[in-house]
Amino acid sequence: MKQTPLHLLLLIFLLTSGCAGSARAQNSPASLASESASAYIENKGSDTIVNLALAWAERYQDEHPDVRISVTGGGSGTGIAALMNGTVDLANASRRIKTEEIETARAKGIEPVEHIIARDAIAVIVHPDNPVSQLTLQQISDIYSGKINRWSEVGGEDRPIVRLSRETNSGTHVYFLETVLRLGQKDNKTLFSTDTLLLPSSEGIIHEIRHNPNAIGYDGLGYVPKDLKVLAVAKEPGGKYILPMISTANDKSYPIARDLYMYTAGEANGVLKDYIDWILSDEAQEIVSELGFVPIVKYNP
Amino acid sequence: MESQLTWQEFIVTRVIKASGYSAIVFVALIFYFLLREGLPTLAEVPFGNLFSTRWYPIEEYYGILPLISGSLVVTFGAALVAVPFGLGTAIFISEIAPRWLREILKPLVELLGGLPSVVLGFLGILVLSPYLRVLLDLPTGLTALAGSLLLGGIAVPTVVSVAEDALDSVPRSYREGAWALGATKWQTIWRVTLPAARSGVLTAVMLGVGRAIGETMTVMMVTGNAPVLATKLSSIFSPVRTMTATIAAEMGEVANGSVHYHTLFFIGMVLFLISLAVNITASAVVFRQQKRSERVLS
Repeated sequence: MKQTPLHLLLLIFLLTSGCAGSARAQNSPASLASESASAYIENKGSDTIVNLALAWAERYQDEHPDVRISVTGGGSGTGIAALMNGTVDLANASRRIKTEEIETARAKGIEPVEHIIARDAIAVIVHPDNPVSQLTLQQISDIYSGKINRWSEVGGEDRPIVRLSRETNSGTHVYFLETVLRLGQKDNKTLFSTDTLLLPSSEGIIHEIRHNPNAIGYDGLGYVPKDLKVLAVAKEPGGKYILPMISTANDKSYPIARDLYMYTAGEANGVLKDYIDWILSDEAQEIVSELGFVPIVKYNP
Repeated sequence: MESQLTWQEFIVTRVIKASGYSAIVFVALIFYFLLREGLPTLAEVPFGNLFSTRWYPIEEYYGILPLISGSLVVTFGAALVAVPFGLGTAIFISEIAPRWLREILKPLVELLGGLPSVVLGFLGILVLSPYLRVLLDLPTGLTALAGSLLLGGIAVPTVVSVAEDALDSVPRSYREGAWALGATKWQTIWRVTLPAARSGVLTAVMLGVGRAIGETMTVMMVTGNAPVLATKLSSIFSPVRTMTATIAAEMGEVANGSVHYHTLFFIGMVLFLISLAVNITASAVVFRQQKRSERVLS
């Protein structure tokens, strides 16, 4: 009755080897797809883009029944990491790929190729009853870094300010940090105040703002429902206050607007290339404006 | 003896033995994995940074103190809710309720225990936190308090079922003895039954606390996740970020093998050690009491 360790080792060996085997099998969806009859595109990444990518995928699959496109969210970093691990064909990102990410990808023999697929404006939103309707970038920066703590300091009611943000893995968070908190200055090291609430989803932010007159938050223009108040933003004190709209993001007069990206591993070819070309077509870019984002073709010469 | 076993018995014995040992092996493997992935943090992150009060990993601020304090505040609050409610319910079910009510209450409590925590989190966001904000006039309802109340609710079924079993196993003769001496029902419960079931009740409390400290989804949804160091008692009315929520929110994003990745595992390690400490304390206390009662009996 004392030989159990051998059985135990055998059991562990079986379990671990099983895991390793399945991991290897999942490594390259592209090669799997080529074996099946229809082409298969795996698309993952930014939560900002996920609705847009889904709308595109649905329309494209209607027109090309032989192509299957699967779209999932998870955040820009998640999508890029998945592209580097070879588990997706197309990574959505609401920020530009970082240098270290490019290095990691190259180390794995993958050259990420960038495609700008739409533009987005970040709206700063408050409760509809909040009398404040415009702020400068500097004021928003001071609010989020903790220098301004009451609404009365920016011409509102005497209420505390509750700062809402997306989690740090969101591309929107990083963009907001660089563009608004640090006013786009590279050497600026301003950080979010520690009592900034980091909520895991856009819905969480919108729900809290809808019910809390103390709250301020930000989110992609495409996600802001009509019952919340969107603030007009001025680039510098004394400048013109501008509301985020498709037109103001396009002519770059609204200061918090950015490009949205898709990344492929190496130059796209075959089905993937057809899909990206279609995304840049007028038909696909029309869907962009329907979802509240900013279409790209209009300002491309 | 072994030669007399049939081959079926031989296999069954071995399978049962293997599954018994596997629990130990898995815990050991998990702990080894946590150590391997978490310990590099101590070399990569300076001590002053790791035990500072700012957690902002995308800019290399790895202070885990706010996360630990956040978990402790929420868990402490949850225990304040779960222990009185859980023990009260257990005493009611086991000692006071008539048989038919008991038959209804027990399955209901167990049903409550099966409620997915994400559902509770959803209720927390939609109902509890807006209500708390208005009721207590707080800046926001997404606070440690909301997390504590919900976690307390999650831990109550655990506390109830274990404590109820413990109370149930107290011999009837104890109660009859107390009644025969003229003790009231309350005196019997408080002075006789509860002390007799002490070790089981303590286990119930510890299991409840363990359930609360490890809970993730609900706290991530309702506590606001702001990494503020909780220093005052009033911190329970402000947002906090717990260790579990941090791991859950950030693990999907980190690059494999990076400093941030190691630090998240380090947090997992701290969490594991805290659970271990809670369990060891509980079993040590239970063990000591058993020995004392054995001494008394002999």
